[in-house]
Amino acid sequence: MLLGTAIALIAFYVPVDADQGLSQKIFYFHVPIALTAYCCFGWGAWKALRHLWTRQEGADLESYVAIHLGVIFGAMTLVTGSIWARASWGVWWAWSSHQLVLFLVLFLFYCAYFMLRFSVEPGPRRANLSAVYAIFGVVLIPVSFLAIRLADDFIHPTVFTSNGPQMSGSMFFTFCVAWAALLATASALYRIELAGKRIDARLRELRELIA
Amino acid sequence: MTNAEKYVAAAYLFVFLTLLVYVVIIASKLARLESALIDLVERVRARG
Repeated sequence: MLLGTAIALIAFYVPVDADQGLSQKIFYFHVPIALTAYCCFGWGAWKALRHLWTRQEGADLESYVAIHLGVIFGAMTLVTGSIWARASWGVWWAWSSHQLVLFLVLFLFYCAYFMLRFSVEPGPRRANLSAVYAIFGVVLIPVSFLAIRLADDFIHPTVFTSNGPQMSGSMFFTFCVAWAALLATASALYRIELAGKRIDARLRELRELIA
Repeated sequence: MTNAEKYVAAAYLFVFLTLLVYVVIIASKLARLESALIDLVERVRARG
């Protein structure tokens, strides 16, 4: 329902940007998707920390599912950003933009998480190594987010500055609804995938008990 | 349809399709789990 509301607001309510035209409407999904990916990675790192610190049962699995979802949202960020870049700048990718390159580094870093995870036998060693890797990765999030604020990046626009959001009230409202919709979607997908993984683990245990 | 409209449609379509594929994959995994559960229940019943 939130997603439907967000799409309706983007299509019918929010005005067309005077500078970029219609292609600016990609912003209402592209930026919330990127922020949702950051949230997923952050949540994954938090669960990884809980696993290492308190040995909370299931925290490793929760961390894995959050990072999995973060990578999917990260891929969506890169593709929608690339389409927007093509529409606005005339190129699919700009290596000179620190924001783009750092987000790609972050994305590839978390892609490598799966290579690490699945190269180790299931058990405490895999959980510990994955947790440490997930915590290291979270350091890249503020670096990626602050990249264009710290560097003179004239290609990628900076919408959120220290003076607040650089957009009209209707645009900011639509942006907030879209972000809430994507956070709700990510949360629902996280819960469903996690439930599936937990049931799978229990079934495996049950199969071993019966055998 | 202008170029800008095509790009906006492509971006939103990509997001929609990605989420749809994700949901389909999760649904198929849940269906597989359900059949595995049914199989286990039958095995337990067969053992008495």
